[in-house]
Amino acid sequence: MNVVSANIGQSVPRIDGFAKVTGQATYAAEPHPPGLLYGVIVNSLIARGRIEAIHDEAARAVPGVTEVMTHHNRPHTALFEKSYVDGLGVPGSPYRPLHDAEIRFNGQPVAVVFAETFEAAREAAMLIQVDYERWPHNADFDAALHQKYMPSKTRSNYVPPKSRGNASEAYALSPVKIEGRFHLAPEHHNPMEMHATTVIIEEDGALTVWDKTQGPQAVQAYLASALSLSGKKVRVRNPYVGGAFGSGLRAQHNVFLAALGAEMLKRPVRVTLTRPQMFTHVFRPEAVMDIALGADRDGTLQSIIVEGVTDTSRFEHNMENVVVWGLIGYKCPNATADYKIAPRDTYTSSDMRAPGAATGVNLFEMAVDELAWACGMDPLAFRLHNYSEIDAMHNMPLTSNALREALLQGAERFGWNGYPPGPGSLRDGRELIGHGMATGIWDAMFSPTAARARLTSDGRLHIATAASDIGTGTYTILAQTASEAFGIPIDRIDIELGDSTLPECPTEGGSWTAASAGAAVWLACQSLREKFLKALAKSENTPERIKQSEVTLTEGELHGVRDGSREVFSLQEALSFIGEASIEAEETAKPGLRDKISEMRKARFTHSAVFCEVRVDEELGIVRVTRLVNAVAAGRIMNPKTAASQVRGAMVMATGMALHEESLMDERYGRFMNHNFSEYHIPSHADIPEMDVLFVDEKDEEVSPLGIKGVGEIGMCGTAAAIANAIFHATGKRYRTLPIIPGA
Amino acid sequence: MTQAAPTAPCRLQINGEDYDADLPPSVTLLDLLRERLGLTGTKKGCDHGQCGACTVLVDGRRVKSCLMLAVSLPDAQVTTIEGLSRKGRLHPMQQAFIDFDAFQCGYCTPGQILSAVALLEEGHIRSREEIREFMSGNLCRCGAYNGIIDAVEHVVAQRQRDEAGEAA
Repeated sequence: MNVVSANIGQSVPRIDGFAKVTGQATYAAEPHPPGLLYGVIVNSLIARGRIEAIHDEAARAVPGVTEVMTHHNRPHTALFEKSYVDGLGVPGSPYRPLHDAEIRFNGQPVAVVFAETFEAAREAAMLIQVDYERWPHNADFDAALHQKYMPSKTRSNYVPPKSRGNASEAYALSPVKIEGRFHLAPEHHNPMEMHATTVIIEEDGALTVWDKTQGPQAVQAYLASALSLSGKKVRVRNPYVGGAFGSGLRAQHNVFLAALGAEMLKRPVRVTLTRPQMFTHVFRPEAVMDIALGADRDGTLQSIIVEGVTDTSRFEHNMENVVVWGLIGYKCPNATADYKIAPRDTYTSSDMRAPGAATGVNLFEMAVDELAWACGMDPLAFRLHNYSEIDAMHNMPLTSNALREALLQGAERFGWNGYPPGPGSLRDGRELIGHGMATGIWDAMFSPTAARARLTSDGRLHIATAASDIGTGTYTILAQTASEAFGIPIDRIDIELGDSTLPECPTEGGSWTAASAGAAVWLACQSLREKFLKALAKSENTPERIKQSEVTLTEGELHGVRDGSREVFSLQEALSFIGEASIEAEETAKPGLRDKISEMRKARFTHSAVFCEVRVDEELGIVRVTRLVNAVAAGRIMNPKTAASQVRGAMVMATGMALHEESLMDERYGRFMNHNFSEYHIPSHADIPEMDVLFVDEKDEEVSPLGIKGVGEIGMCGTAAAIANAIFHATGKRYRTLPIIPGA
Repeated sequence: MTQAAPTAPCRLQINGEDYDADLPPSVTLLDLLRERLGLTGTKKGCDHGQCGACTVLVDGRRVKSCLMLAVSLPDAQVTTIEGLSRKGRLHPMQQAFIDFDAFQCGYCTPGQILSAVALLEEGHIRSREEIREFMSGNLCRCGAYNGIIDAVEHVVAQRQRDEAGEAA
């Protein structure tokens, strides 16, 4: 039989591809239960205050409208604030939709109109009038900086900066130095699929909730707790997620309001946000970083001083690891950093692709470029001279670090020829050409995860775990893992994800899913294989000649070898010997004692080196990125094809960060005003050149059970800086604010 | 008691099948497809004509179905992603999207594919730059742009080979 083996490391096409190119993949807003009601959210027009009155008479008069749900008439929800804390665990006082009359941010839902048709709900929502008592607010980041603070309780994943040496003295003594304030505009995730929820009421009264989320089990727990649904079954499904990039880490208000509406009206309900409403919840925080760097004349880094501030809401303390990356990645004897958050009257900022590092690495690498040029040194040579082989902040070795190889291989692929000629010296007609580079770094994480493997009488292997594939290729890499671990062709594997009832899996994010769910599937398949072979050996119905053979499972067949002769059975036959319709095993991958010791002794990171060419129109200031090369060291690569797509996708988003994306605050109203794709530009086809991604060989058996580090976020880290640095090289002008708009 | 909303006749052919009903005039072609006909392969990404996720073919031309009122297209022939593959056989563009990893989350994909299919007929396919320019109405937040252009270029080359073969 001629079968295509599809093991780990091969460029297997996505197994969810057929469903996606034919329109058969079902997303959150797409199930259609009979009797479905449409909910449209009405948003607050003020940033802070109280609702005095809601006039809904005109809305209720629209044909087809069934209810207008507000804080006055909503069903009972959990009494205590702590019941509304979601899986992300941002300290503070969580936002409770339609809880009371208080307005905490512009865009806060004040009512939900339910109607028999979407058109009726939309029309009626526009007719709702709200009277407010307005309170003073501040939505200006610069003003918020005066109130910056460090919360008494920090986020669980917060890494406090650790100083070494005497950075201020070393800075004063350094013969070459640079300092400046670097700034990143707030950004919105803007997945193509808007956040949406469809709530189905099952015959027994249980709720099946289709939600756009990265964590079905986290949303399930949140709903059960916040809506006080204990005793009622809630199942959350998200088999297909139209992108998220962090916007689906927290349970968003649409899922709460949809479930609340279904409870109130005893009808199935769909709530879909509009694109402008996608600008009323999570966003990447605005950030400033004051960076001072000092070096010897030979380009040896002597001092790093970083002070960073990111914004948060008035009611929650969102934090990111923004200031630590330079201290971790550079072997500088004197370094110090400080981090604070600044409150403003908006919704709480939140994690967006490579949270912390996308901000901190890119802004820091722009400063490093300034210092390299100030030293009169090739920026690549400067990195090779100063980068650290270890985690320099914690003085911990790494499980692996192929950054040097990434720098060298990336430079070779790009054609980076030593010290480039001075800024503004390359030109082609009216276009100035510039080359720039930067390094990238991101965590390599692993979280305990469970998976189930089940072999059925049709000879198919079914894998299940509550992971989410948000476009990350998870379906495909888990099928490859199962194929290799069990010994069965990939076209006989079914992968089931995106369902809160499946074996426990953490919320998808942080680039940890490949390493974590991959390890769980590997273990479950190995366990099933052993169980299967043992059962065969024990069963009375298994022919003696098989029992006396050396039995192996390969390519979905059972091979018995005895005295040099081989006999082959199908899995269906083998199962019939055992007399079971199916056989299954469930396993949890979690760090063992040795791994825990390793975690205390060694740090874990993914690295990259990014090289960029830009062309800048001298008169109009228009920037075009014409070439991007990213050399990534990320341990074992499960599927080079989908992994490269992941990295490219992040490089596209980083191009947006460097050149286009900026949520503009109208401070008078506390509202992001460019709340649509026309005025918030995400990169389009025409903005994106060929992007060359190469994976550097990096064997690391310690970082995670399968040697995987993850690739979802590393492409964000360094790419925006490489573009910014190339713009300097093209124009001779330094920009310290992202996005860069030279013509403006 | 509320009155029923006013309606107007809507007559279309969708993927070769007749559709004939009275609809409120505010129903967009996109919402007709997704909410009333269960053809959810056509996606809503902005509802403002800014993202291209809702692209379908109307009388062979690519249009943004969120900007079309269903009752304003008498006797139009509409092709959605569900109607592109024939008898379970993928259109070459669909196959190329799989082969060149031209999507990740899949949400903009039906719109990208229909846009690319129309582009072949429009003929703006003489270079990668031109394909990029004329595909720029279809946004992809996952950033699968390189793969999409590879896929379109592949189908263009395939067609040129086929045409050369027929001519010979």
